[in-house]
Amino acid sequence: MNIVSDTGKYFLLMKRVFVLPDRSYMFFRQFPKELEKLGLQSLPIVIIISVFIGAIMTIQTKLNTENPLLPTYSTGLVTRDTLLLEFSSTIMCLILAGKVGSNIASEIGTMRITEQIDALEIMGVNSANYLILPKIVAFVVMMPFLVIFSMAVGLIGGYCVGVFTDVITTADYLIGIQYAFIPFYVFYSIIKSLAFAFIISSVAAFYGYYAYGGALDVGKASTNAVVNGSILILFFNLLITNLMLN
Amino acid sequence: MIEVKDIYKSFDGNQVLKNVSVIFETGKTNMIIGASGSGKTVLMKSIIGLYRVDTGRIEYDNRNLPDMRMSEIRILRREVGMLFQGSALFDSLNVLENVIYPLEMFSSNSKEEMIERAYFCLKRVNLEEKSFHLAPSEISGGMQKRVAIARAIALQPKYLFCDEPNSGLDPITSLIIDQLIHEITYEFDITTIINSHDMNSVMEIGENIIFIEKGEKVWQGNKDDIFHVENKDLNDFVFASELYKKVKTTNQ
Ligand SMILES: Nc1ncnc2c1ncn2[C@@H]1O[C@H](COP(=O)(O)OP(=O)(O)OP(=O)(O)O)[C@@H](O)[C@H]1O
Ligand SMILES: [Mg+2]
Repeated sequence: MNIVSDTGKYFLLMKRVFVLPDRSYMFFRQFPKELEKLGLQSLPIVIIISVFIGAIMTIQTKLNTENPLLPTYSTGLVTRDTLLLEFSSTIMCLILAGKVGSNIASEIGTMRITEQIDALEIMGVNSANYLILPKIVAFVVMMPFLVIFSMAVGLIGGYCVGVFTDVITTADYLIGIQYAFIPFYVFYSIIKSLAFAFIISSVAAFYGYYAYGGALDVGKASTNAVVNGSILILFFNLLITNLMLN
Repeated sequence: MIEVKDIYKSFDGNQVLKNVSVIFETGKTNMIIGASGSGKTVLMKSIIGLYRVDTGRIEYDNRNLPDMRMSEIRILRREVGMLFQGSALFDSLNVLENVIYPLEMFSSNSKEEMIERAYFCLKRVNLEEKSFHLAPSEISGGMQKRVAIARAIALQPKYLFCDEPNSGLDPITSLIIDQLIHEITYEFDITTIINSHDMNSVMEIGENIIFIEKGEKVWQGNKDDIFHVENKDLNDFVFASELYKKVKTTNQ
């Protein structure tokens, strides 16, 4: 019952969000700030996690496939495809759902409980459009860059394993990551991540916008944003994968 | 003039407002008083349309708000200013930018004219220029209220709503804020509605007072009648402080 009415409320909110801004320069003033806050400031965590996962995945793959029948380049190939297909889009977005989702939900939730949203409404501003649209657009625009960055840095992480350990040679690794490369995988990953970026930012904005009560309720809104955002990401991952790779 | 007729409002089956009818007059400080949780804020937010009422009419000089579409309400709101219980200044903007904000959104003035208007409003509420570039979190509660008043009057509203303008303020600052609202109401001929549970404010500026109890209007009158009412709830409210008990006994 709650799911049905919440879904309805979500779509009604989106209807108010996706209209032309009253004052377009207000949008363009807010937009670069959001690009920085949601996109650029996510870069450090994307880099750190990608480089480590890339390295660990290379080691794990190598150690778990010690079979003389497998070609030596297989480790690089598996690492590359895992990064391209799942890690840099889905797993990265699950992590960003935590960072960006809680950020958006708590920011908008705080504005709600301190009546700043009411103040906007009283002035005759479409608060949903003014507050939420720049965030969604900025995050969706930044997402492909984050994904490609994550892929590149992840591959570098794997390369470092070749350089600093003797688990695998860099030559084998480099052949592996170039072997049978399918450019469509990158495209597929970016399409998925665009959908996830939309889910993360809009779901978080929804929970923040309808927060009611005090500081504790802002915390709850931000938890709900992260949990439900993550579940939706997994669900849409399945759906899009079925559509695009089957 | 704002005329409210038979409004009802509930949240998920919890009936908060019951059959409230009242007329708020232009150029007067109209007050809504009542205990905490009696529904003052809900009544005020319903009148402005932040909450949609279940039934009833709310007429702004003969324009009925519940009949309006969202786009029409938004246009009406440009004639409305509101001072919120917690000031509700935008944290991401400084004092001056907070006051300029509504001007940027809705006036076609040049940048210089907007700044001039913002300066005028901020000076009108007696704020000093050195605080204009501070963030809301860097100024005191009393100053935040003044900035909020300045922001509310920036677009020269015809209707001004104040939700507990002096909650959290010391008695002297409260008095200053009350008088400021009163002066502004006269000066610009505004229909002002003030929520309060402070008897001092009532005695200071209450011209048309309604008392609500559990979401129902129990009494309406002015500050001279309020001491001679035979309603228990209202009496408890009015004579909660020793001072007003004394006022009553000396009057008799
Ligand atoms: N958005 C809401 N959803 C559900 N219930 C609400 C909502 N807003 C207010 N209420 C309920 O309405 C009742 C009246 O609340 P209201 O805030 O109007 O009181 P008040 O008279 O302004 O009190 P105070 O003087 O403390 O500000 C309360 O019982 C509150 O729980
Ligand atoms: Mg209140």
